[in-house]
Formats: sequence, structure tokens, C-alpha cells
Amino acid sequence: MKLELRGITKKFGDFVANDSIDLVVEPGTVHALLGENGAGKSTLMNVLFGLYDADGGEVLLDDKPVKFDGPGDAMRAGIGMVHQHFMLVRPFTVAENVMLGHEPLAGSRLLDFSMARDRVTHLSQKFGFDIDPDAVIDDLSVGAEQRVEIIKALSRDANVLILDEPTAVLTPQETDELLEIVRQLADSGTSVVLITHKLREVQAVADTITVIRRGKVVGTAKPTATQEELASLMVGRDVSMTVDKGAAKPGATMLEIEDLRAVDDFDITTLDGVSFDVKAGEILCVAGVQGNGQTELAEAILGAIPASGSVTLDGTELLGRSIRHVLREGVGFVPEDRTEDGLVAKFTIENNLVLDLIDQAPYSRGGAINVKAIEDNAVAKVEEFDVRTTSAKATAGSLSGGNQQKVVLAREMSRPLKLLIASQPTRGLDVGSIEFVHKRIIAERDNGTAVLIISSELDEVVALADRIAVMYHGTIVDIVPPDTDRDTLGLLMAGGKQVTA
Amino acid sequence: MSAESNKSAVEENPAQASASEDGGDRARGMLRAIAESNALVVFAAIVAALIVGSVLVIIANEDVIDAAGYFFSRPGDTFAAIGTAIVDAYGALFRGSIYNTNADTFVDGIKPLTGSLTLATPLILAGLGLGVGFRAGLFNIGAQGQVIIGATIAWVLGFHVGLPFGIHLAFALLGGLLGGAIWGFIPGVLKATSGANEVIVTIMLNYVALYLLSWLLTFDAFQIPGSDNPKSPNILDTAAWPKLLGDNYNLHWGFIFALVMAGVIWWLMERSTLGFRFRAVGANPHAAAKAGMNVKLTYILVMVVAGAMAGLAGANQILGTERSLTADIAGSIGFDAITVALLGRSRPFGIVGAGLLFGALSASGPTLQVQAGLPIDIVLVIQSVIVLFIAAPPLVRFLFRLPEPRIVKEVTA
Repeated sequence: MKLELRGITKKFGDFVANDSIDLVVEPGTVHALLGENGAGKSTLMNVLFGLYDADGGEVLLDDKPVKFDGPGDAMRAGIGMVHQHFMLVRPFTVAENVMLGHEPLAGSRLLDFSMARDRVTHLSQKFGFDIDPDAVIDDLSVGAEQRVEIIKALSRDANVLILDEPTAVLTPQETDELLEIVRQLADSGTSVVLITHKLREVQAVADTITVIRRGKVVGTAKPTATQEELASLMVGRDVSMTVDKGAAKPGATMLEIEDLRAVDDFDITTLDGVSFDVKAGEILCVAGVQGNGQTELAEAILGAIPASGSVTLDGTELLGRSIRHVLREGVGFVPEDRTEDGLVAKFTIENNLVLDLIDQAPYSRGGAINVKAIEDNAVAKVEEFDVRTTSAKATAGSLSGGNQQKVVLAREMSRPLKLLIASQPTRGLDVGSIEFVHKRIIAERDNGTAVLIISSELDEVVALADRIAVMYHGTIVDIVPPDTDRDTLGLLMAGGKQVTA
Repeated sequence: MSAESNKSAVEENPAQASASEDGGDRARGMLRAIAESNALVVFAAIVAALIVGSVLVIIANEDVIDAAGYFFSRPGDTFAAIGTAIVDAYGALFRGSIYNTNADTFVDGIKPLTGSLTLATPLILAGLGLGVGFRAGLFNIGAQGQVIIGATIAWVLGFHVGLPFGIHLAFALLGGLLGGAIWGFIPGVLKATSGANEVIVTIMLNYVALYLLSWLLTFDAFQIPGSDNPKSPNILDTAAWPKLLGDNYNLHWGFIFALVMAGVIWWLMERSTLGFRFRAVGANPHAAAKAGMNVKLTYILVMVVAGAMAGLAGANQILGTERSLTADIAGSIGFDAITVALLGRSRPFGIVGAGLLFGALSASGPTLQVQAGLPIDIVLVIQSVIVLFIAAPPLVRFLFRLPEPRIVKEVTA
């Protein structure tokens, strides 16, 4: 089926999220929609799917104009969507999830489970999915859940399949498998719209690439285009895709972690004997699929969750101390969720920049705040970290993600550091901000700070790391050099030990 | 993973944003949204409440009802009656709260205004404490109990201790402050150590305080000698606030004290490290904790400050307005102060304004009843409707065609 969008415009108040976007998806092709976060990709797809009303433009299927009032309409017309966050009923089986909302009936009232099961088996075999229709969603891996979502869409005869950032939650292997599936679907006649900001995937699978920036189509490209060309289109200026970084000059061991263990609120082990060390002047990246204990590792070092074992920084034991003490020992902490843990959105940028230093000179003296010192600090930091804002008195919540992250970095780097911990430091940031954040992190390393990066973006890990520690199920599987190939890293991330010595 | 990308470009409404911040605490988020609502919305809510009040005045007025009986033969009568009813009602409201135009001399005429200020005093003091709590994300419903304890201790110190003038007053005030602080410390420490919900604990402590006082009033030490009534003798003159404008008026220096405390609380919240911590914990406890702030300790301190202010409100009543202790010493101060704090958007100067408005409204009650023949409850209805409108900003925005708030700026003042 051919899908065409003509002049789609969508406004939120004064903000134009989609500005007369034209897009043609030919039958049986993979069309990549490439753009930074906030470029308007998801808005466009939500308009197409009938979740938002467009302010202008029309949608055509096989050259006939159509109008969808909701996802139901869109699905009936043959458009399926796999959301970034899966829409599955977790205690239900695969077959139950697939039939949900479109239950086939045996007789007049009874559900026809066998028919649903057959449908799952059929689709699963056709595309080599290896999905058991009777498996409960809760027992499936993330990759398998995604395949269930795809089966769900296909079982409703989707001729156009929209995948919204499908690889965000996958391991490198799972990503490769998914891309293969996408190719197969296209070859069998389904049109696929792939929404992503990852250049590698686009190059691997897309037939046509449309690049969106600030709500407008800024260009189309062939998959043969280089990463630099695509990135420049996306960002609107030249970007270098490699991180400039000299060789590390590791000094003495700064952070030493010994048999670190922790459990969550439900007594499930999250950290299962983690041991490693980081030297002054080196970057250790912790790689791994999300949810393998990385978050807890960072929080345990900070003292935000109770843990046993030993964490010493420059010879001082950190475990059992308050967060305040840990920070005072010279730890900088960039949390993985900056809006939740990193910033007070309602506070001004000024105040966010001194959130952890407010009780110290020069920002306060004898319990009284020194407004002037806070203002001066803000002016200096906004300049130094290139925070794009109209005023340092604007709220942190009014900033874009990239600028929010710059505020967090500026604050954490304004103390003399021995150790910088940064979790997912560039998650959700645009390419320009990523470049900036990476530069600052490397500069911090070259200052002689031990740097611990936790990231689920393999590209980032490879670009930044002096050593890579791979985490799986609460343990460090192995620590490898940064030039380790992706396949090996992928295997380690899935829990496999390195075979070759 | 890029969570941002599917959030789209819609800016989240601040109420929703704070409501979703903490799983089960949606009600808390809503209350905070009320406490921090836009000044324009507050003003519009007051206007809307006065309009609704007018409608009630009209419906309750007997002349209007009579005239409406022959509306179709002489409609003019009905409209004239409506006009008279409204003018009477708001005239009485003005005469009862600001200036009595029927009085012979200016000295008598201004009496209602001094009455309004006297009634506003405890509302301002207790409201200041509640505002501190609201901004730190705590819903302290316990001002009533804190006022009672503050008043009780102030009376004990004011009656049973002998000290020179001035020192005695300061001593009794300090005692009231500490009493309220202790009554705030209890729910604070319970919340910090066991996670007990401060709303429930403070409500229950109101009862504890009330019945504690009633019980104390059965002892001779708390009764007028030779009487068995649950009413104490007056405090000693050395502990009393002097009258502000002479003996003609009830208004005492406690009112000025309340205004000074508003300044102190402003400084605490906007210019002190402690206040910065209170605000940070209130706006985002997670980020505050990750920045090294001790969130639990902060909760305790916030409750102590809130309790101290309510305790001062109680002490102020005893040392200035009432002088003797009865079980009804707190009236409904603790609850009205919640409304005052919400109406004042938890900001000290807003609270002073809201306290003055509510002081004026309650001062005008008797006049409304006597001169306009309206039930005294109409004042209560107007107060309640104001809160109702503030609680429903979208409704007020719709009624007055106000724009949606887009970017929330932190208000400093």
C-alpha cells in the first residue's frame, strides 16, 4: 500500500511541531524518518495515526484521501504502529495480547483462542520470529516483546507498519535481528516507516531517508549517504561524528569497588558482587542493556540506596555515608533522569546551578543566601557551558533537554572532583549537545578526574571509553578495551563470557 | 532511549506536572497547584465569588421575592428590589469591615477597619506557617491544634509567671511559639521516620489538642477562682500586647508583630539557606536528595516552623485579643488559615493580603446580619466560593477568558 502525507501541519499553541510536511512511502519499501529528539517525528506519526488532529494537510492511502478519527480507524485502514513503549498486557499470553480488541469469536459469544494461536504461529513462522503463542508477556525478553507488537500489527492486516524508535531498548544483536525482520517485511510487500535518530540503522536498512528538523522536511537522502552527511542534515550544520580524544594518562587508582551488593524494595538482587576500579585520568564506561543494575550501581556509589561491600574513593570509604558527604568527598553525579533527579524544574537556572552548594561560601554565609554570588556564578556558567537561554532567571523546566543537561554538568563540574559519575549523559540529547557533553567529559578526564560513564548507547561507550566494563544481571561480566568489536560486546551484554582470550 | 521524543511539543501544565511527579500523590499535586496558582486567577476567583454572593443575596432577599410575585405586571419593582438588595448587602459589607458611614465621628467610623485588622492577625500568622509547609510540599492541616497549644502555653506563662512588662510578653510569645513548634514536630518526625501521612496525623492532633485543652480547663489552675466554668481568668497586664490605637479599639500591637513576621518568613523562604532547602525539597524532593539535602530532616524542620507560626497565632490571640482561655480559643482560625495560605499562594505578602480580606469578611458578618437582614453564613459561602474557584483554575480561566499558563516562572517574592 502506498502512503502519502501532503502538507501536514500541526501546531501546539504558537509552536509549530509539523510545518507542511510531505512524505511518500512507496509499497514494499523501508522509509526512514530521521531527526533529532523534538524534531516532530513522533508528532507526525501521531497525526497519521489519528491521535492528533492536524491543523492542515491530508493523508492519502493508495492516492485516495482518508481521514482517521483515532487509532481504530487507522488500524482498519491497514496502518499498524509499534510504539516506543510497548502496549502489552503483561500477565496475558502472546495470543491473548494479539487478539485483544479484535477477538475472533467461536460461535456467538465464545472467544476463539485456537484461531488466535494459529495466527500467531503462522506469522511467527513466516518471519522466523520464534514466538510461543502461549508464553506470558512477563516471561519474554524485550526483543521478543517487540516482535509480539509487530505480530499484533501484522495480524490486523497492517500494510503500513510504523516503528517508533524501535531499537532504543534492544541489545546490538537484537537490533540486528530487528533490522533483518524489517527488511523481510518490506520484501514481502509491507511498507515500513522507521522513526529513529540512529544513523547506523538508517544506513543498514532504509530505502529512502527523509530528514526532519524543527518540524520541517529538510531533505531526503539515499542510504549510501555518509553518517556525517546525514548528521549535518539533521542538525543543520557540520558535525564530527568521532570524539576527539587523546590517549588517557591513567594515574593512581581513584575509585575502588569491592564486592558491591544491593537489593531492591522487593528483595530482588540488583547488584550481585560488583568489583572494579577506575584510575585518575581515565574513563571507564559501564555498558549493558538497561535494567542490568547500572542505575543501582551509580546510586549505590552516591549513597542513595543501601548497599554492602566496599566503595573507596582515594582511600576513603564511601559506603554508609550520606549523599552530602559523598559529594563533599569530590564526587560529581550526573543522574540518568535529569528532570527527576538532576534539576528542580520550577527553580531558576541560577538556583539549579548552586543546588548542592547553597550552604557554602560564597553562595551563603551564616545561613543567609548571597544573591549576588549566585547571579555571578550563573552568568559565568551559562557562558562557559553555552546554555542557550534568554536569561539565567528562566526556570530550568523551560530549557531543552540538551541545555538542561548542560546546567547539570556545569553544576557538577563546579566543585573540585576526584570522580565524575555520569549516567546516560547524552540520553535524549541532540547531536550538537552530545558533542558538547562528550568534550566536557573528556576535558574532565584530562584534568585527572576518574570518570565513570554508564550508558546503554554502544556508540557512546565506544567513543568515550578507555576501558569498557560490561554489566549483566548485576555483575560485571568482563572489562574489555574500547577497540573490542561490537559482536563481542553484544555477546557480553547478553551475558555471554568472552571466549577468546 | 529517547523518552523526550514521544512527549511531543505540548508543554505540560504545571498542575499536571507536579501531580504526576510522585505516584500516589496526585491530591498533593493538586493542592500544590492551588497553593501556587496565578495571581490573576486568585483575583478573578474573588470577583467571581462576589458575583455568586450577589446572586445568593438576591435570592435570600424578601423584598425581591415579594416583587418577583408580580413580576409580569410590574417588572421594574423586581429590578429595583434586586438593586436595593445588592447595594444593601455590599454596603453593609463595607460598613462592617472598613468604615461605618453611619457613625457620628471618624473615631467611631473607622472602628470596623480596626476590627478587620484584629481578626486578620491570627489568620496571617497561622497562614504564614501553613504557606511554608505548602511550599515545601507538606500539607499540614494541623494549624488548629498548633494554635490551641500555642494559646494554652502562652496563657499559662502569661498568668502563672510574674515578670516585668515586655519581658513577660516576649516570654509568653516564645512559649506559644515553642508549643506550636512541638505540635508540628510530632507529625514531622513521624513522617520522616515512618512515612506517616502528615495530613492524617495533623488532623488527629487537632483533636488531641482540643480535648487536652478542654480537660485542662476542668482544673482550678485554669479557672477563674470561685467559678466552675471552663474559662480561665485574664492574663496579667505585664504579658499583654498594648493597644495599637488606644483603648477605643481592640487592635493591638500583635497586628504589627504579624506583619513583621511576614517579613521574617519572606526572608526565611527567599533569602536563607534553610528556605532554599525548603523550596527545593518542595519542588522536587528527588533532585534535592541527589544534591545532598537531607529530605527527612527538612520535613521535620518545615513542620516545626509551620507549627511555630501557628503557635504564635494562638499566643497572639491570648496576649492580645482574647486574654482568657476557653475551649473555643482557636475558633476556626486553623482552618480559615489554610484558605488564607492557599489564597495568598503561599507567599508571605499574598498571605497578608488574603488574611486582611478574610479578616474583613468575618468582621462584616454581624453587620450583614443586622443591617442587610442576611444570614451570617453568607460570608462563609463567599469565602468558600473563592476557594472553589481557585481550586478550578480552568473554570475561572474560561469565565474570564484568561490565557493558559505556558512557561512557569519561579516567583521570587
